[in-house]
Amino acid sequence: MTEEIIIAGFGGQGVLSMGKILAYSGIMQDQEVSWMPSYGPEMRGGTANVTVILSDDRISSPILTQYDTAIILNQQSMDKFEDMVKPGGLLLYDPNGITQPPTRKDINIWKIEANKEAAKMGMRKIFNMIVLGGYLKAKPIVEFDNIILGLKKSLPPRYHHMIPDNEKAVKRGLEIIEEVQKI
Amino acid sequence: MADTITKADIIKPENLVYKKTDLLTDKVLSYCPGCGHGTAHRIIMETLDEMSLQSETIGIAPVGCSVLAYEFMNIDMQQAAHGRAPALATAVKRLMPEKTVFTYQGDGDLAAIGTAETIHACNRGENFTIFFINNGIYGMTGGQMAPTTLEGMKSSTSPYGRDLEMMGHPLKITELIAQLPGTYYVTRQAVHTPAAVRKAKKAVRKAIEMQKLNKGLTFVEIVSNCNSGWKMTPVQSNHWMVENMFPFYPMGDIKLEGELVKK
Amino acid sequence: MKKELRLMKGNEAFAEAAIRVGVDGYFGYPITPQSEVMEYLTAEKPHERTGMVVLQAESEVAAINMLYGGASCGKKVMTSSSSPGVSLMQEGISYMAGAELPCVLLNVVRGGPGLGTIQPAQSDYFQSTKGGGHGDYRLIVIAPSSVQEMYDFVELGFKLAFKYRTPIMVQSDGAIGQMMEKVEIDEQQKRFSEAEIIKNYPWATTGKTPDRERNIITSLDLDPARHEKHNIELQKKYRKIEEKEIQYEKVQCDDAEYLFVAYGTSARLCLKSIQLCREKGIKVGLLRPITLWPFPKDIIYDMADQVKGILSVEMSAGQMVEDILLSVKGKVPVEHFGRMGGIIPSPIEIADMLEEKFIKG
Repeated sequence: MTEEIIIAGFGGQGVLSMGKILAYSGIMQDQEVSWMPSYGPEMRGGTANVTVILSDDRISSPILTQYDTAIILNQQSMDKFEDMVKPGGLLLYDPNGITQPPTRKDINIWKIEANKEAAKMGMRKIFNMIVLGGYLKAKPIVEFDNIILGLKKSLPPRYHHMIPDNEKAVKRGLEIIEEVQKI
Repeated sequence: MADTITKADIIKPENLVYKKTDLLTDKVLSYCPGCGHGTAHRIIMETLDEMSLQSETIGIAPVGCSVLAYEFMNIDMQQAAHGRAPALATAVKRLMPEKTVFTYQGDGDLAAIGTAETIHACNRGENFTIFFINNGIYGMTGGQMAPTTLEGMKSSTSPYGRDLEMMGHPLKITELIAQLPGTYYVTRQAVHTPAAVRKAKKAVRKAIEMQKLNKGLTFVEIVSNCNSGWKMTPVQSNHWMVENMFPFYPMGDIKLEGELVKK
Repeated sequence: MKKELRLMKGNEAFAEAAIRVGVDGYFGYPITPQSEVMEYLTAEKPHERTGMVVLQAESEVAAINMLYGGASCGKKVMTSSSSPGVSLMQEGISYMAGAELPCVLLNVVRGGPGLGTIQPAQSDYFQSTKGGGHGDYRLIVIAPSSVQEMYDFVELGFKLAFKYRTPIMVQSDGAIGQMMEKVEIDEQQKRFSEAEIIKNYPWATTGKTPDRERNIITSLDLDPARHEKHNIELQKKYRKIEEKEIQYEKVQCDDAEYLFVAYGTSARLCLKSIQLCREKGIKVGLLRPITLWPFPKDIIYDMADQVKGILSVEMSAGQMVEDILLSVKGKVPVEHFGRMGGIIPSPIEIADMLEEKFIKG
């Protein structure tokens, strides 16, 4: 099994840390992982994206132009990455801020109102964990328990008191994600 | 005959008046006759000998006339790239804080190409000693202008004398580094007379002793002559140094125990 | 015992390895994209963990000369920088090669020339493998292509550095420096005591004791005859390194009809390109030089008998390709494909280029 994922949105949405938690979850289930951010001046306040690969085998290129899954959190990223999803792949997005929803017919599409839900829960910071929960439902490549273990590993101990809220957010994501198109 | 002194008498141990320290090798000095480097080498090595520090001293030689200092100083030594001796000494002292560490540098090395390394080592308060030989000229490469060359002073690259407008001012680097909080003891000395040598040697000892306090960088400038570069006899060059160098580079302590000396 | 696993950036793995293998001193100057090395080291307080010294120097020039001073004392010293900073270090690297001093240098290469860009590139191959500084010297250059290798090559680097008393360049790039992968962390090794240094490295300037002559570290010898002899000895050492220390990796070469030669990030891209080519029925393999110098020329010469074409893939205008051409000796066509200025080619682009250069043409 190899899963090649792009997570893309704005800086500040927790894109990079979501990728990190996902990568750590892969390590927890004995997989090879890579996490490759786009970096440079545009990271500061602009768009942010990270390529995460989980695999049972040695990982080849950490930098890709075709993905099994795209997790898209703003319109710029939709414009850039919708076409890069492999036929038969998965596109998962939060409709908040999306003016042009995906149009491809050859991919599976799921949407999650994570931004709205995070606001409802009064915890903006756990937005990315709601998205991660949704991804877990759409494509259960990692186990829930390993996500929580990955979270523990990637958070410095001084933030461990936030783990229960994050766990709640992942569970909420599992519940609220909706399938839009199945091929 | 009792009144005649033979060679055998002279070399009797009880008639010994001077003995070269074992911390200088038997290698013949490569410096020009009359140059102050030899005396500066001697007082530093005698001091280390008197303080029994040979086995714990690491010296750093520069690029310049004293590039071969390691051939004459009988201690462990490193030869640095031009101007970089304070960077070497920084690492040596930080990695082996219990050792005695010094650099021995000329004016071009310390005050031109190595200005950044000098100032930052001083400013960080590195606990080693810099011996700075200032003769206002690049001796080794054939008498070119140095950062410390005086106004009007001739050199092979200021053949009509240093023109301040065109070539800038001579740099009082010692006064400059004395301003930095990282320096603990800063002094200017000379080695042109027996009295000056005695004073300079005291300053050398003080610098090494103060290095052991770990309170910051200790710095001894020795204003020296360069009879070859200045195109004078050794005696003339010492007179010229007293008349011209000393007024611009005045003798004495500039900073003591971390405090600037009030004049 | 199962080793500890961590998700780390290449730059962080390099820094953690430095602490773990018992490095005595790190001296560096900030530059993107490798500043995480010193940031990690200062945050980790290695002075408390092992007594390791970490110092931010006033420039790369000062940093490399701090390495000279520390290495002269028999200490394990290292620095890291990126291309423009490494250019500034070349003087000191030449002096260290001349004075036969061990150290480990990391170049997280970015695009040049000049200030260039902060994005990854492989355009410093000539500088690292052909000299960079002045004089007849060579650096052993090892090129990691994973975060694990960023970790492992610190120990490998010091092993080689002290075995041959020579500076080692770990040649990475911004992609490997910035990406995170799984890393196996080793047990903490002890730093050498002064007694161990004196025993193992009798040449080190640790203070002249009565039982030995003084130790002098210098690259200077004004006597041409003696200096030529020194150069001959250096060259003998380099020949021995060429004979003993070449490292490379072969991937899917057994049935290969075409060959990629690539190192570092480019090698990783090529692994994907191999999959893409093989899906189309094109049998491609990869020869990945791990040591860029000494270059694995014999194996490439041998592979030239088997394949119909070799594509050198490098994020540069074509530097390593010259060494491939020298290795192949005209037996088979050799082409270069690369992107420059911080652009990373895609695996698809590379696969297409192989077809275009050797199959469609």
